[in-house]
Amino acid sequence: MIRYIEPAAAILLALLWISPLLFAFWAAFHDVSDAVNFRLTAPLTLDNFRTAWAGAPWFGYFLNTFMLVSLILAGQFLLCTLAGFAFAQTVFRGRDALFILVLMQLFILPEVLIVENYRVAASLGLLDSIMGIGAPYMASAFGIFLMRQAFKSVPKDLDEAARVEGCGTLGVLWRVYVPAARPTYLAYALVSVATHWNNFLWPLIVTNSPSTRPLTVGLSLFGAPENGVDISVISAATVMVIAPLLICFLIFQRQFVQAFLTAGVK
Amino acid sequence: MTDAFTLERRRRALHGWLLLSPALIMLTAFAFYPSLATMVTSLWSRGTRRNPAEFVGLENYRYLFEDPTFWQVAGNNLLYALVTIPASIALALIMALWANSKLPARSFIRTAYFTPTVLPMIAAANLWLFFYTPSFGILNQIGALFGAQPVNWLGEPETALWAICVVTIWKEAGFFMIFYLAALQTIPPDLKEAAEIEGASRWTYTRRIVLPLLMPTTLFILVNAMINSVKLIDHLFILTKGGPSDSSKLILYYIWENAFAYFDRPSAAAMTVLVLALMGALAAFQFLVLDRRVHYR
Repeated sequence: MIRYIEPAAAILLALLWISPLLFAFWAAFHDVSDAVNFRLTAPLTLDNFRTAWAGAPWFGYFLNTFMLVSLILAGQFLLCTLAGFAFAQTVFRGRDALFILVLMQLFILPEVLIVENYRVAASLGLLDSIMGIGAPYMASAFGIFLMRQAFKSVPKDLDEAARVEGCGTLGVLWRVYVPAARPTYLAYALVSVATHWNNFLWPLIVTNSPSTRPLTVGLSLFGAPENGVDISVISAATVMVIAPLLICFLIFQRQFVQAFLTAGVK
Repeated sequence: MTDAFTLERRRRALHGWLLLSPALIMLTAFAFYPSLATMVTSLWSRGTRRNPAEFVGLENYRYLFEDPTFWQVAGNNLLYALVTIPASIALALIMALWANSKLPARSFIRTAYFTPTVLPMIAAANLWLFFYTPSFGILNQIGALFGAQPVNWLGEPETALWAICVVTIWKEAGFFMIFYLAALQTIPPDLKEAAEIEGASRWTYTRRIVLPLLMPTTLFILVNAMINSVKLIDHLFILTKGGPSDSSKLILYYIWENAFAYFDRPSAAAMTVLVLALMGALAAFQFLVLDRRVHYR
């Protein structure tokens, strides 16, 4: 008897943990009065999705989020590759002090600096633009650190061989280091996309028109009480917003978990 | 010969700086300069069209410390940290132990625990709205089965902050579980065999061998959880907006409100400086205490 308690508790907790998601799916496919009264035999409907889809420019929001995560990822790859390489494989005075300074950004979160970052974005003319949402995240200390660790594990012989073959610094980086760090790039990409697909506060502050708003901001406006939509429609909108990432997660689950691990365990 | 060597070294140093410059420019624009600018802003009065801003020294901080809302918000955030950090770490540990043991449906369990991590906080808040709503919320419906009075979870000052905490714990625990899971998989199986031969119970093995070995992971998670207790506020925008009567308002939300709803930048800047100081202390703790054992190569 006692040996069934633990598996039961584990499964119970698992069910509890996904229950908010299950309820949202259930509500999204049912009429609101059926949903809140838990009429289990009630007919399924897609009306909530139709109402939700018609209620906000979702297609534009999807496109904005897609462009945002792509832009951030491209910027991060470029800046963090160059900087990580500089910290890993070049020697110059003040390098270590500079590295500590960069690591400080792990604690000076862009989220906390909203007041002045807004002014910087304003003075650069980046307000209400996708670039404005993405810019503060591109030179990520976390990414620089991650790439530095990856580049440090590349054998020095490969580097020297490439230089003997006549590669310059950038040539070595592109031909030797970048290919060797492919798993780190993949991990970083998954973490970055998941993070910025979900980011909210800074995009909320910087954007003020539907043409730049990402999904999270759009969803928060859509569900606002003033908007007067019922819980089933909110659920349908929520399901729509999380579906792409959730489906990717369920398919590439192993890679996702591995990515968060590579990225998190320093 | 020496000259060629020096030249080569100079060339490489120059390359180092060139490679770093794009990242440094961006970091300066969106991290270093704003940090300094925040400190400067916090020392100036709030300018209006008629009265330009003037230097007021620590006046903004004095106003802040006299503002009862600030103390309430700081207290809320402390409670938020004291509740969510231990709860999510403890749950993460239990989840990892379960996900790592030979239970049936292990991969389902693991997926279920981890799934909240990939959802946006805004979406998570929408999901939980369904639980908390007073008239037909699931919590009240379950309560009604047991004859409990309906509670307006998000509308009562006594419960609002707790409702916020629950969502945060739900979101965080599965994420932290991953780190424990990784650490558990590095523990050599012989330790377990040895413990079994010695006749140690599973509880003794977990308490005396597994937990001490997980200590570095716990510290790593602790630092992350502390950062998150400042950062994770998105759900406030959906669930309570800090209310009722500020009972669930957290620091970062209050900073946002001051800066972008009340347009009181100096006061928002002063609060930001306090948060940055706290983060700096946390960073020092991480670099000076924790990293003694985990050396960067």
